[in-house]
Amino acid sequence: MSARRTERLVNLVICLLSTRQFLTAARVRTIVPGYEPGSHEAFQRMFERDKAELRDLGIPLETGTNSLFDTEADVGYRIARRDYELPDIHLEPDEAAAVGLAARLWQSGLSAAASSALVKLRAVGIDVAMDSILGVEPVVDATEPALAPCLAAVQSGRIVTFAYRTANSGTPEQREVEPWGVVSWRGRWYVAGHDRGRDAARVFRLSRVTGPVTQVGPPGGVQVPPDVDLVAMAASMGGEANIGNATVRVRCGAAAGLRRRAREISRGEEHDLLEVPYSDPDALAEQLAGYADDVVVVDPPEVRAAVIVGLKALAGDAAGDAAGDRA
Amino acid sequence: MTATADRLPRLLALVPYLLAHPGIRLSEVAADFSVDPDQLREDLNLLWVCGLPGYGPGDLIDLAWEEDDTLTVTHDAGMRRPLRLTTDEALALIVALRTLADVPGLEGGDAISRALTKLEDAAGSAAAGSARVTVRVEAEEATLAGVRQALDQRRAMHLTYYTAGRDETTERTVDPMRLILVEGRSYLEAWCRRAEGVRLFRLDRIDAWRVLEEPAEPPRDVRPLDVREGVFRPEPGHELVVLRLTQTARWVADFYPTESVTEDLDGGLVVRLRAADRSWVRRLVLGLGAEVSVVEPDRLASEVRAVARAALAAYSI
Repeated sequence: MSARRTERLVNLVICLLSTRQFLTAARVRTIVPGYEPGSHEAFQRMFERDKAELRDLGIPLETGTNSLFDTEADVGYRIARRDYELPDIHLEPDEAAAVGLAARLWQSGLSAAASSALVKLRAVGIDVAMDSILGVEPVVDATEPALAPCLAAVQSGRIVTFAYRTANSGTPEQREVEPWGVVSWRGRWYVAGHDRGRDAARVFRLSRVTGPVTQVGPPGGVQVPPDVDLVAMAASMGGEANIGNATVRVRCGAAAGLRRRAREISRGEEHDLLEVPYSDPDALAEQLAGYADDVVVVDPPEVRAAVIVGLKALAGDAAGDAAGDRA
Repeated sequence: MTATADRLPRLLALVPYLLAHPGIRLSEVAADFSVDPDQLREDLNLLWVCGLPGYGPGDLIDLAWEEDDTLTVTHDAGMRRPLRLTTDEALALIVALRTLADVPGLEGGDAISRALTKLEDAAGSAAAGSARVTVRVEAEEATLAGVRQALDQRRAMHLTYYTAGRDETTERTVDPMRLILVEGRSYLEAWCRRAEGVRLFRLDRIDAWRVLEEPAEPPRDVRPLDVREGVFRPEPGHELVVLRLTQTARWVADFYPTESVTEDLDGGLVVRLRAADRSWVRRLVLGLGAEVSVVEPDRLASEVRAVARAALAAYSI
């Protein structure tokens, strides 16, 4: 933006804040310096751009007429001071420190919004320091490209469409979603909502959104059901609920990670017997196969079979043939 | 937002800011607004020619700009308070405060809650959308209490700690430095006397702990870790591993930090990643079974073959 235009916009804000009367565009043109003496159309285009700029900054530009007898041609503009000004806020030093800490939380993305908010707080005399005095350093990565449009959509209550690929699919599919909320869980961002195509509640990991997120439909068009638990929805993507216990034979001293998860450990001479709760047989087989000959699956049979199949694939032809001979 | 688009909101905030800080030094103003002092001088020169309609001496914004570079507003032209918070600004602060308020037993937790209430009030309707955004940081309450106690009292800790990379549990004495909340998890940053270096200990992997009588004394010259870019930073010294993944194993690229990911035939991927620990990558590959093949290094490929054969032998196959 040119310095001339910036100057004009500052004067426009001051002018509209100082008036009780609605000022028509024509009045604004004569009062505020910087509107060119060119054609009416040129002025109109300029003024439209200026109004859009002010609204983008969150400036509450009111439109209206001064009397009941005014016509559409008399529609004017003003900025109500009570809607423009940051209301009274006073923070104790420890509260200001908490706000400073909160502003540090965002790694890029929302960090620009956090710093411009701090500027406004400082402008009412609140002394916000950005250095952490609480002995804690919070960092939330907000660089996901799909994050900003999804945040905008949940704030305005609009439906979104985007191309999405599931964990195991290379080909993205178009989804249309009524977003209920955005959640960061275990360091990853998700949007949760109603998938219109599948007519069911779904959670989408933002890193798997490919391409742009487009808002469709009117603002406020999304109905969020009461009692939506965003964190639980995100967690459900990880399949947390246990479905049973596996029995595995583990070499003494080995597989520390598995021992931490075990419900029960029966000690033996060379091997211990572990009862390990699990939620997903495939994920369990993957983890158990990772321990190679330190761990042998006793039960359930489908996990044992899955481990053997995986190992055979990695052992190469020789082992596969040998196993085939013995079978 | 570009530098020029930032300028208008800054100019609108400058007059109320200077009103709230009479006699402030220009350098301090520049620091608070995160701008270059020369840029700030240009901003002030621009404000000087702005003001109320009439634009005469009594209408324009006026500043006393002293020789010692201190500033005082003498006429504010009605710019007495800053603009309200936008929805993005309200969201950034309110969601961050709520995230911190939800961490149990955090020092200053009470101040965080009070600040949250005040900001929600001040933001008004701009705060409405922030209820739809949640950031959850996992914190193990009991362990966090111990870590907080050690940090507050500046005492050393004894930890029984599980290292996922090497899949082993070790006993360590550490000198706590900071609590770090990153990537949705809580970590204790501490000087590890065993490793003789600064290490991060994920709270949910601390299996047992004791706060010791002896004081925490990290070496004087020790520097905190830079966690702004994440907790796992691959180093050039770490071994480069190239894996070919089938479509079923695409999740690996989502789950672990990679150097590069390229699409392969039939929906598969080829990923390059740096492995800090050979045993970790061996476990990963063994677990993936038929869904992976090792492209590089050859040694890993042959090691995996040998280990898989030994594992099959344990099944008497």
